[in-house]
Amino acid sequence: MERIPILKLGKSLFVTVQVDIDDRLATTLQDDLMQRIVDTGAKGVLIDISSMELVDSFMGRMLAGIASMSRILDAEVVVVGMAPVVAITLVELGLSLPGVRMALNVERGMAILDQALTPLRVGGEPDDGDDLPYAPT
Amino acid sequence: MALPPTNADGEGSDAKTTPETPTPAPSSNGQSLLASLLFERREQVLDAWVQAQARKLDRRAGRRPDADVRAECTALLDALQSAVAGDSTDVKGPEYVEVTRLVDFMSKDRARQGYSPTETAVAVFSLKDSLLGVLEEVLADQPELLVAEIKRMNALVDDLGLQTFEAYVAGREEVIVSQQQSMLALSTPVVKLWDGIVALPLIGTLDSERTQTVMENLLEAIVETESQVAIIDITGVVTVDTSVAQNLLKTVAATRLMGADCIISGVRPQIAQTMVFLGVDLGDVVTKATLADAFRVALRLVGANLAAASPRP
Repeated sequence: MERIPILKLGKSLFVTVQVDIDDRLATTLQDDLMQRIVDTGAKGVLIDISSMELVDSFMGRMLAGIASMSRILDAEVVVVGMAPVVAITLVELGLSLPGVRMALNVERGMAILDQALTPLRVGGEPDDGDDLPYAPT
Repeated sequence: MALPPTNADGEGSDAKTTPETPTPAPSSNGQSLLASLLFERREQVLDAWVQAQARKLDRRAGRRPDADVRAECTALLDALQSAVAGDSTDVKGPEYVEVTRLVDFMSKDRARQGYSPTETAVAVFSLKDSLLGVLEEVLADQPELLVAEIKRMNALVDDLGLQTFEAYVAGREEVIVSQQQSMLALSTPVVKLWDGIVALPLIGTLDSERTQTVMENLLEAIVETESQVAIIDITGVVTVDTSVAQNLLKTVAATRLMGADCIISGVRPQIAQTMVFLGVDLGDVVTKATLADAFRVALRLVGANLAAASPRP
């Protein structure tokens, strides 16, 4: 059976969706990913969907679901590389994926995960945090 | 005015099959009286036509040089001459293809140049005056034939007049559509303000079609410039009602899905009031009063993330 590979990178898991994903594959990915999070004790998950050009409401709901489930398992999810057309489609479908962190590319996504996974801000400039739309973790 | 291009292909080809110069049938025939009249008294008809136009449009004299008008009329008259030789007054018929094409061209051209409907229609309707005069002169001693010919001619010119108006309106429509398109293209520039910051100054209103264009442009720009922050400036947006707010929120949501933060700036006091009265909820979207404020936040956001990306111990 076809599966989407889940790679482990340090404390994070890395998933690249390189094929057009159907509903069954999506469900499998969700099962596998949750199992891996528990097995490896990963604190972060990076999902790269830059190759994905087709998206439906099921896919959108699944992404939101994976994010919520991972958070329950204490892992932060960042979805990276969403194509403009996919973003527009999701918005038109009414799925704006609140609660899922998004990033433009893998590099940015890793930076966000790094930031999120650093328990205490060591070094760097103290940030007063005003004017920021969200409090830095 | 430029003369219409000779149409050698397509619809014009039909007209070419009709004889260019009608046989000068004797006027006693009656059937092609109009044709022979146009042939024999061509110059007279033409002069009267051009003069009638000049007379009717004298208030705007000088707007079109007489030579242009004359050239136009000559071309139309030639086409008409070959058309009426077929003894048909149905302007939708194959004989009239060339005439219709010329009339369409003239009317659309005038529509594009901003002439009024009257000015456009007079060009064709003056032909009636001119032909009336000539018919009266030729058939002065045959009143019955005169009436019959006048009826025929009247119907023909009226039909051509209707054609003129159709073409005029079509021309206007084309102008409106092309203006809409160029406005759509012009009004959605995405500006790069800083490394990782793009701004989109919105002007006018935000309907769903425009939202689509705006969204596409913005998202493409975010990918191209690898931007982290997008500022939508609504200083130039006249009113914000519920649908505009909805469209704004859609754009913000799409931007967020791309992994960029979105700030709305340029919210005027009246607009803030309207939005609250309407119960528009912008959710957790960051809004700022001026572009400068938004830019400051954006810089801080970019800077903060840059600091986070710096090498760690």
